[in-house]
Amino acid sequence: MISIVDYGLGNLKAFANIYKRLNINAEFVKTSEQLNSAQKIILPGVGAFDHAMEELNKSGMREKLDELVLVKKVPVIGICVGMQMLGKRSDEGKLDGLGWVDADIIKFDTNLIKQKPRLPHMGWNDVHPIGNNPLFQDLETNSIFYFLHSYYFSCKNPEDAIAKSEYGLEFTCAVNHENIYGVQFHPEKSHQYGIQLLKNFANL
Amino acid sequence: MLRPRIIPCLLIKDNGLVKTVQFKDHKYVGDPINAVKIFNEKEVDEIIIVDIDATVYNREPDYKLIEALAAECRMPLCYGGGVKTVEQAQKIFSLGVEKVSISSEAVLNPNLLTEIGNRVGSQSIVVVLDVKKSKSGNYEIWTHKATKNTGKDPVEFAKEVERLGAGEVVINSIDADGMMKGYDMELIDKIRNAINLPLTVLGGAGTLKDIGSLISKYKVVGAAAGSLFVFKGVFKAVLINYPKPSEKAALLSENL
Repeated sequence: MISIVDYGLGNLKAFANIYKRLNINAEFVKTSEQLNSAQKIILPGVGAFDHAMEELNKSGMREKLDELVLVKKVPVIGICVGMQMLGKRSDEGKLDGLGWVDADIIKFDTNLIKQKPRLPHMGWNDVHPIGNNPLFQDLETNSIFYFLHSYYFSCKNPEDAIAKSEYGLEFTCAVNHENIYGVQFHPEKSHQYGIQLLKNFANL
Repeated sequence: MLRPRIIPCLLIKDNGLVKTVQFKDHKYVGDPINAVKIFNEKEVDEIIIVDIDATVYNREPDYKLIEALAAECRMPLCYGGGVKTVEQAQKIFSLGVEKVSISSEAVLNPNLLTEIGNRVGSQSIVVVLDVKKSKSGNYEIWTHKATKNTGKDPVEFAKEVERLGAGEVVINSIDADGMMKGYDMELIDKIRNAINLPLTVLGGAGTLKDIGSLISKYKVVGAAAGSLFVFKGVFKAVLINYPKPSEKAALLSENL
């Protein structure tokens, strides 16, 4: 069972629709009890970093998530702000991130971006996988994904980066550390590429 | 490389899709769910769907239809039509929609933009400005399917919505709508210079060349079109179409 964490943020429906078409079981979870049956976890997120952390912290699921991810090593993937939450801190806010991955979330340098609108980085961009991470199986070349963000994930350990993209500078758009994954783009809204990635996550 | 977005814009009236000319002469062009399925196959960058009667008849957004559309869309969906409150916007997001567009209500109650932004983040709020050139040559914002002139200057108003927390502006030319003779570049220039927000342009695209000229000038821009993607040929036969990935790649490489 893939558990989609429902703490009030993100387009949960879109994930459910894709897994339904793929005939893969997925459900929304709102409580730590419901998380007990999780074999995989999706942590969505949109909007401001602090708001997302606040909502997750008060959802009642925070401790259970820490246990499942850090102790039981259940595979988890953070999407967009959900990826940023995996890190330790963000330029965007004051609250601590989950700290599951050693990373800071940094604002794009608008001086490096020539044309308006400099931010957000919104639209379809190339994604270049590094190494042979199973999350990008069959997505090794010519993959494009839909992005919408103004801050990016900066890994302390370069080997945690599993895909790069470019916006003014090269940045990590997908991360993997042990059982923890994150993608900055929106696979749930990225046509066949996103469907493939979500399928790969389910197959991990 | 970040690509400009090429976006079909679909209009809903009485549960069917229609296309207009200068906001009038509604021509039936098909079923909305079916159209979304075809646009999925064509891998469109994004899609805008507007219920053009909701505000005019002062009715609620059709949540059932929105939910069905969102369930189909494998690309980002922007819904517009009849949204007047934060609660309505939140309900629409919960149905699986990424962006909600506000038009008439943005003029009547601009603080709504701030209120929605505080709840869901400004990236999801799109303001659509329907703009018409007056006899004296000034651009003005009209509402209610181009039946009410607000007298507001779109450039000043675009700056205001940026300040209030909109995440994107769609500039829609009433004069160019359905004419398929190209975008109103003078209007776009004024707005692009005035604001830093993502800008999407609608109204007038008749060929991929028109989209090419827009991209060539503004690079990362939203190029939206209705007629271009639902009609084919000089007699405007209804045929849903969109550039193939190879055509799109060529269009971008020629103009970026």
